[in-house]
Amino acid sequence: MAEGGVIRVSGDSEAREAVGEYKAGWHDPENSTIRFDFGLSEEVVRQISELKEEPEWMTDIRVTERPMPTWGNMSMLEEIDFENICYYLKSSDSTERDWEDVPEDIRNTFERLGIPEAEQKWLSGVTAQYESEAVYHSIREDLEKQGVIFLDMDSGLKEYPEIVKKWFCSVVPYSDNKFSALNTAVWSGGSFIYVPEGVHVEMPVQAYFRINAKNMGQFERTLIIADKGSSIHYVEGCTAPSYSTDSLHSAVVELVALPGSHIRYSTIQNWSSNVYNLVTKRGIAHEDAKIEWVDGNIGSKLTMKYPAVILKGEGSHAEVISVAYSGEGQHQDAGAKIHHLASNTTSKILSKSISKNGGRGTYRGMVTVSPKADNCKLNVVCDALILDEGSRSDTYPTMEVANPSARCEHEASVSKVSDDQLFYLMSRGHSEEESLAMIVNGFFEPFTRELPMEYAVELNQLMALEMEGSIG
Amino acid sequence: MSAVDCKMSGQSTLLEIRDLHVGIDGNEILRGIDLKMGPGEIHAIMGRNGSGKTTTANVIMGHPDFDVEKGDVILEGESLLELEAWERARKGVFLSFQYPQAVPGLQVGNFLRKSVASIRGEDEAKGSVFREELTSAMESLDIPRSFMSRYVNDGFSGGEKKRFEILQLMLLKPRLAVLDETDSGLDIDGIRTVSEGVNAAIRGTDSAALIITHYSRILEHVQPDMVHVLLDGRIVASGGPELATKLEERGYEWLKEE
Repeated sequence: MAEGGVIRVSGDSEAREAVGEYKAGWHDPENSTIRFDFGLSEEVVRQISELKEEPEWMTDIRVTERPMPTWGNMSMLEEIDFENICYYLKSSDSTERDWEDVPEDIRNTFERLGIPEAEQKWLSGVTAQYESEAVYHSIREDLEKQGVIFLDMDSGLKEYPEIVKKWFCSVVPYSDNKFSALNTAVWSGGSFIYVPEGVHVEMPVQAYFRINAKNMGQFERTLIIADKGSSIHYVEGCTAPSYSTDSLHSAVVELVALPGSHIRYSTIQNWSSNVYNLVTKRGIAHEDAKIEWVDGNIGSKLTMKYPAVILKGEGSHAEVISVAYSGEGQHQDAGAKIHHLASNTTSKILSKSISKNGGRGTYRGMVTVSPKADNCKLNVVCDALILDEGSRSDTYPTMEVANPSARCEHEASVSKVSDDQLFYLMSRGHSEEESLAMIVNGFFEPFTRELPMEYAVELNQLMALEMEGSIG
Repeated sequence: MSAVDCKMSGQSTLLEIRDLHVGIDGNEILRGIDLKMGPGEIHAIMGRNGSGKTTTANVIMGHPDFDVEKGDVILEGESLLELEAWERARKGVFLSFQYPQAVPGLQVGNFLRKSVASIRGEDEAKGSVFREELTSAMESLDIPRSFMSRYVNDGFSGGEKKRFEILQLMLLKPRLAVLDETDSGLDIDGIRTVSEGVNAAIRGTDSAALIITHYSRILEHVQPDMVHVLLDGRIVASGGPELATKLEERGYEWLKEE
């Protein structure tokens, strides 16, 4: 597999040497400055808050009940050993604005992942999180001058407590599900973004999340507020070392799109196959605002992620475009949730999943239209491609439409790669593996074309690597 | 036959099919086919449905579903039978498919560039020379520019699919082009355009084309040097272009009686 950027392959020859191997799977020695014992208790939660010198209201929010979620792959969730997870680990004393000041081994990791290079070339700002805390953070000066706030979440809380207090948990209440509550209890790191009225952030900002330690729990918390008529594109990537024991990544992301604003949130997660990736992502779109989730799930052992949009304001629009690749031992349980609460709101869901080598892909979706919401339009398309006999794909689309004026469209397809398709491509000089990669990348194309070009290229190379050695 | 003979015959023979027996799922479809083609030649194989025409095309290209029970397919002195389809393509074999497959999401322009790179070499698929070659081939086949950003055969009409096959033929510059029912599903103008493409790719070169067809229509535009008639897995008659005319007038029945 690939390393860096989100997933960076430094050249075909190098990529080929690593066939069948997760390329971001190396790990550094664990040089932690603060490390909590395994397991979770109220004491641990209070210690984290104390360590961060937080205001009391935040400590109170952290200490909450934790109901288990009611949908998703329940039996696989039961396997998580919550007592064998480290809930807080700090490897660097501070968040730096200059890569030179980041501890060398951590800096090397992000260099191998290609982050500083990408930052120079095409990003407006970068935050790099290592274990529980951000180790590097920067934003372009011109954006700072326009009043754009882009900080790690802890600094955001310190510097802008009134904004954080107003919106924190306003989109994802702490009682929402076990994993959002767990995140609310032990959150650390993540991004805090505020885009002032009318400001358009032209180039994307990127966050990169790296887990290094064994049995680590990473619980970043992200809050993005786009004020009236503003726009921003946020991109995140994730990798971790391959260990035989499990790690847990449980993030909460809240988006607030105020009237007329536009937030696009793109993710490509390429966690190693020992990571449980259980993420709650939700946005609220006010009048004429637009929220787009572009969500790629390639790695992890189990992912449960259903980016959601609440269309609260009239004329608002939601899009969730996602791809999932499930290989051996993987289950990608992903989808989308969209709630049409206001009239003239529109939504579009496009889900593409590929399963191979016994992998399992699930589309789980929920779209609702409330009785008061007139003239809503919703469109759901889910396509699955199954590459071999033992692999599996399931689709669970739910639509609850309580207003008869809604226009709903739903399409689903399941297909297999045919021998004739492969023969056709092979007759044009492409090996069987290259031909399969062409079919697979073509299948993902409606997703890849939504990505910044750098990511699209890397995703294609990553999938080509996944197809190697797959012809038996 | 000794190695020396092989090499010598390779100089004047581009393709040799020798006593080819082919089956699928235990049923014998080709029952001993012999055929020789020299550089620059165009041959036609005619026959009714089920006579083994498409099987012949697929076996030359290397479709994995067919079992070659006996015989050989030799291109320029080298047996193709052990090679996979993509290796044969790189040796210069091309098949224009009767039913080209759709690959949603794979853009035509991207696919053509990759195919030219893999068959003719990376350098051939780069720069202005390739772009000009592409533009002129597309113009000669009446293919609009917008075609480049469409997905391979996805939502193409029958005529568009056939034109796209011939576009690939012109760009990939094979040593041996096998055209399987390229004329089916085309109107008169389509047949004329496609035939001009075939003539441009083969005539005056040292490549060869094997045209597999049900009707003689395409042969009015692409004059074959030889016509072979396939019946129940055997070549029962071979001759000049006049054989095609005779088949058009009298059908296939008389051959069965002979």
